[in-house]
Amino acid sequence: MSECTMIEAIRMALSRALDENPDVVIFGEDVGIDGGVFRATDGLAQRYGASRVRDTPLSEAVIAGMAVGAAAHGMRPVAEIQFTGFLYPALDQLANHASRLRNRTRGRLTCPMVLRAPYGGGIKAPEHHSESIEAMLAHIPGLRVVIPSSPARAYGLLLAAIRDPDPVVFLEPKRVYRAIREPVEDDGVALPIDQAIVLREGADATLVAWGAMITDAREAADQLAELGISVDLIDLASLKPIDRGTIRSSVEKTGRCVIVHEAPLTAGLGAEIAADLAEHCLTSLLAPIRRVTGFDTVMPYPRLEAHYMPDTARILKAVHDVMEFA
Amino acid sequence: MPTQPDHQIPDITVFLDPAGYPVHELPEFSRDREALVEMYSAMVKTRTFDAKAISLQRTGRLGTYASSLGQEAIAVGIASAMTKEDVLLPSFREHGAQLWRGVSLEELFLYWGGDERGNDFANARQDFPVCIPVASQFPHAAGVGLAIVQKDEPGVAVAIGGDGATSKGDFYEALNVVGAWMLPVVFVIANNQWAISVPRLDQTRARTLADKAVAAGIPGEQVDGNDVIAVREATERALTRARNGKGGTLIECLTYRLGDHTTADDASRYRDDEDVSPHWSEEPLVRLRAYLVAHHGWAKEDEETLLRDCRDQIEKAAETYLATPPQPAQAIFEYLYADQPQDLIAQAGEMDDV
Repeated sequence: MSECTMIEAIRMALSRALDENPDVVIFGEDVGIDGGVFRATDGLAQRYGASRVRDTPLSEAVIAGMAVGAAAHGMRPVAEIQFTGFLYPALDQLANHASRLRNRTRGRLTCPMVLRAPYGGGIKAPEHHSESIEAMLAHIPGLRVVIPSSPARAYGLLLAAIRDPDPVVFLEPKRVYRAIREPVEDDGVALPIDQAIVLREGADATLVAWGAMITDAREAADQLAELGISVDLIDLASLKPIDRGTIRSSVEKTGRCVIVHEAPLTAGLGAEIAADLAEHCLTSLLAPIRRVTGFDTVMPYPRLEAHYMPDTARILKAVHDVMEFA
Repeated sequence: MPTQPDHQIPDITVFLDPAGYPVHELPEFSRDREALVEMYSAMVKTRTFDAKAISLQRTGRLGTYASSLGQEAIAVGIASAMTKEDVLLPSFREHGAQLWRGVSLEELFLYWGGDERGNDFANARQDFPVCIPVASQFPHAAGVGLAIVQKDEPGVAVAIGGDGATSKGDFYEALNVVGAWMLPVVFVIANNQWAISVPRLDQTRARTLADKAVAAGIPGEQVDGNDVIAVREATERALTRARNGKGGTLIECLTYRLGDHTTADDASRYRDDEDVSPHWSEEPLVRLRAYLVAHHGWAKEDEETLLRDCRDQIEKAAETYLATPPQPAQAIFEYLYADQPQDLIAQAGEMDDV
């Protein structure tokens, strides 16, 4: 088993999917000979041919819309949007078609497609390259939204997404692409697509995060452990549908919850999780639920980006607040 | 018809003039009385369905409905050129094409009556349902074309939209990829001169809508959309081209929207009867009937029998539709995902609890 980065794990999963299913076809901007701007598809066009790994014209609406048409006609398209900032023209296809086709035809036509897109900040990218728009996507009925937080989870979740019979938006935290190495076995084993992952068990508080925020949350958990505070660290992984059961069970045990996300505060998924806990776990709560999130601001340009990003210090403060409350 | 080289806009393809006189030698398929009667009958059936749908809507028994009055030749012309392997991606005014392809009258009534089961076609299983967001069906057609190429299937994807749809990015973007990838796709624009209240000349300054194919590097041509023979002939040529690996075609069918945009529209707000009335002499049923009468002995009794058959079929289908109970309430949860997630199971339970 070799150690690899998330981008390598994604490439491994894509390659595995191309091997195991002739209906899998990859397309997007620069995914062919160039191997994608982040190299997620590096070498795949050369290995599987230009008909299975296709460079599209520069048209996000068509990338998503073509994926809908191809999926409905028996393919398993894995399409790439280069950055989430360029995903908006594809929203029409996701909201009006991909997510609805099964429902509106009562199961006659389905849409087993994956739309991959790097998302999130922290790498000093140009404007329109760093936003976190998962809440917008998670609000769409019929869609799945999945975010991996490590190389191994990227491998297992991407395979699950490609094998899933319904449309999945697979958001990749680009800050993690090359930041972490871990052992990933190319064994073709998928992770469950709709389950949160408990990364660490503790007694005093529950930390819920996803994507790149898992790195900061884990660092916070390490520092808290040194102070004798132990936390459940939950990687949400599936943002639609949400595995509410795992979060509720944890909070029923710990009585405290801090939710961390990079996306803006208002109407973010933290609000959904907090509301769910308020509805179902009120009597277990020892302290108010806290959210540590990006601000309701436009994503700052790189020079001010660090001020926007939730970090270990903000997470620690929130956990200390809930610990001090009760 | 002489074959035109790619990238030039040929003259408008037409075989029968508005009075039903042939202006060119008719294509092979239209020399057969039976074939012509089949197309004529399909257009009459479409128009009869239209009248019934409107009357059901006016009496509160059907939802908002988009009439295809005057555009029957486009739907029937396209569908009659297609084979079973081809895939139809309609907009929302191509009832005649859906019927020809095997979608039932009951299914059409169900769909327009607000029941998703109307899209679960018993036949034409690969065809797409009606597409309401204008032009968003064109990228799907490119995707179906891609699937056809990848699977080495014999079919062609045929997408239909209106004149307004050609102003949308989806249309240009899909046309472009069909050109770039030489996909087996035919785009048909049913140019009925009106996008709700906006007339064709306010929609675009383009000389023709077929001209828009030039930007995608594929052939575009104009067809008399009120001549079902012309629509079928042009579609057959485009399908053959696509099947032979020569890529996509854009066909602009010129017609006129004789009715309101939908039953929710009142066209008198933006156009006068004097604008509309001249177009009644050009509508597609009159000319084919005139030709059938003159050349194939289509008699008054034939016409009456056909009308009675259509009415009987449609009345029966309407009765079946009206007698079909709605789906159980839980159906709203059941088709979102292949496997119902816990979230939806819980919400479905909440609905039951009340």
